[in-house]
Amino acid sequence: MKEKIFINARIIDPSQKMDEKGSLILDKNGKVKAIGKDVKNSDVNSSVEKIDVKGNILIPGIVDMKAFVGEPGYEYKENFRTLSQAALAGGVTSIVTMPNTKPIIDNVSMVDFIIRRGRDKASVNLFPCASITKQIEGNLMTEFGLLSSRGIVGFSDVNKTIQNTELMARIMDYASDIGVLIMQHAEDYELSKNACINDGEIATRLGLEGVSSIAEKIIIERDLSLLSEYPCRYHINQISSKNSLEVIKKNKNNGKKFSVGVSINNLSLNENDIGEFKTFLKTSPPLRTEDDRLALVEGIKENLIDVIVSDHLPEDEESKRLPFARAATGAIGIETLLPLALEMYHNESLPLNKIIETITINPSKILKINKGSLKKGSDGDICIFDLETPWKIDAERLKSKSKNTAIEDRKLQGKVLMTFLNGELVFNQ
Amino acid sequence: MAARKNTSAIKDPPKHLLGIQNLSVQEAKQILKEAKEFIILNRSDSKKLDVLRGKTQINLFFEPSTRTQSSFDLAGKRLGADVMTMNMDNSALKKGETLMDTAMTLNAMHPDLIVIRHQDSGAPNLLSQKVNCAVINAGDGRREHPTQALLDALTIINRKGKIEGLKIAICGDILHSRVARSNIYLMNMLGAEVNVIAPKTLMPKSIDRLGVKSFTNMKKGLDGCDIVMMLRLQNERMQGSFLPSKREYYEFYGLTPEKLKYASKDALIMHPGPMNRGVEIDTKLADDINVSLIKEQVELGVAVRMACLKRYCK
Repeated sequence: MKEKIFINARIIDPSQKMDEKGSLILDKNGKVKAIGKDVKNSDVNSSVEKIDVKGNILIPGIVDMKAFVGEPGYEYKENFRTLSQAALAGGVTSIVTMPNTKPIIDNVSMVDFIIRRGRDKASVNLFPCASITKQIEGNLMTEFGLLSSRGIVGFSDVNKTIQNTELMARIMDYASDIGVLIMQHAEDYELSKNACINDGEIATRLGLEGVSSIAEKIIIERDLSLLSEYPCRYHINQISSKNSLEVIKKNKNNGKKFSVGVSINNLSLNENDIGEFKTFLKTSPPLRTEDDRLALVEGIKENLIDVIVSDHLPEDEESKRLPFARAATGAIGIETLLPLALEMYHNESLPLNKIIETITINPSKILKINKGSLKKGSDGDICIFDLETPWKIDAERLKSKSKNTAIEDRKLQGKVLMTFLNGELVFNQ
Repeated sequence: MAARKNTSAIKDPPKHLLGIQNLSVQEAKQILKEAKEFIILNRSDSKKLDVLRGKTQINLFFEPSTRTQSSFDLAGKRLGADVMTMNMDNSALKKGETLMDTAMTLNAMHPDLIVIRHQDSGAPNLLSQKVNCAVINAGDGRREHPTQALLDALTIINRKGKIEGLKIAICGDILHSRVARSNIYLMNMLGAEVNVIAPKTLMPKSIDRLGVKSFTNMKKGLDGCDIVMMLRLQNERMQGSFLPSKREYYEFYGLTPEKLKYASKDALIMHPGPMNRGVEIDTKLADDINVSLIKEQVELGVAVRMACLKRYCK
């Protein structure tokens, strides 16, 4: 590979508190050789490939901490190839994949399979998660040690919660010893039984069974109590409410160490957007009130929430074209994660640097992976985007195999122009 | 008034009757006006018209129903339509056929009207997106039962002359009730004041946002009410334990002659049926022709459904 220099870039890299006009040089191996305002065009010889960023923004390739790949078992919803294309078009170069495939990734041979398959078919960095419990049934823990040694970065039962408190205590106890990351979905099943929407006015109007945010809060409270006893690496996948934030604030202020994620859906939509039964907006946790949404945005600003995820969940039309309560949960979002997040910059609710931090260095730190940064020696995973271009979401033009976007026809501002993976150009608008 | 008439002449009526929420005041009033004329027809010797001759009406019932189904059946026949009733609770669904598959199958038979009752909220909306004919909601989940609310309105108008300015109490299992929701929208729309009365566990969240006052106490809730609508305590829908016992419920929420005294002196009682005598309503009170409109509701149900079928059939 030829050396490359990116010139005329506004480089934002929160891992080194950098937001400046400058250049970036990648060496022959696709690693960062030099970065920043002091790097000059004259630092390289003429044989180097020159990329003029034209004043646009250059950030580390995005790390999406929660996405679903259909392989194996649900290839008709998404496969490694389509997921890669969607990700790269959205500037995402590293994906944490969820284990709720068919079969479920809960044993060593499945991990070997997924890593091999991913290497052959995917064109992004994949960081697979395994389930916390066998078959995601919430009864028996998986082989945390063996699975980690095969390349598992974290453990998650995806959209299922460990209900059994004794088991959760043991999981955290065991995990604290060997240092693995436990990622919990917070939902009390007794409180959320049959529910498919936030409990409130919209649920009452639509005649749907709602779930109160107490269901989320109660599990967070329980787990954080356990965490005092068993201080493992603990992460809450996605929170959805103001209620939960209050608990998180109290615990973080007391110095407890844990991390928190939020889905871009909960940051940019609320329950009113569901309208008359738009099943593409059926998510888990559900979209809540505008008050909750605003509190979540504020939570990012206050460092109570560390990560924004796409919660990319491709679903075929058949699973969505059902009465709301029966329809599948989730929306695609990996390709629109950055542009949709930029909305919070444009409407002045979050600084740009903060947004970038939550999708690059923060997830990398939590996962302990060497991504999300462009420090000297880092991999040349780069996303270049324009901050201003207005465009409109057209589901048919999105690259994901499934078209269940929650933001069809939404007008956005800012678009990914180019994506590089290990120094190679892999997406060019 | 003249201007109003003009706009109604230009604007096509909506294609489907999915809920009172989708109805304008004007549309509701037109349906009620037309229904009034059908009351007279239904009481006469010759009850049959031919306004829907050659039209096909399919009653698609995914949930068992006696009165709504027979009411729609009769309404269609009296207007001269060919009526086919399909009870879906034990057929196609068990074979794994989805609502959409059923819709496509029926659509291929070129019906002019589909009347649907379904246990899932929003099912009629979904169906209406896929078929070429008018869809009439005969009750979906706990969301809406528009023709029930319309027949309730017609019954009230028939006795009290109007709805505007009346005070109406809806009492019982509001949480699971589509009848309550449709009535809240319609009675509000027609200018009544609505109170809802239920134990806390059977009261939906943010119900006040629908423009009602909510009470957990019968005495306070019934105060000054002209109409008392009782709801069935839907045993089959109770998946958890919402209440300590039926006995306790009757003690605090069952309508008895004593509790009726809290309401206005000439208050009338309604119930969408089927009743649980001795659970939500005193049996003698339910049969008292001086205060109970329950039989009249059933009678006027046919007239309202005839008006709806006629209006929505293309």
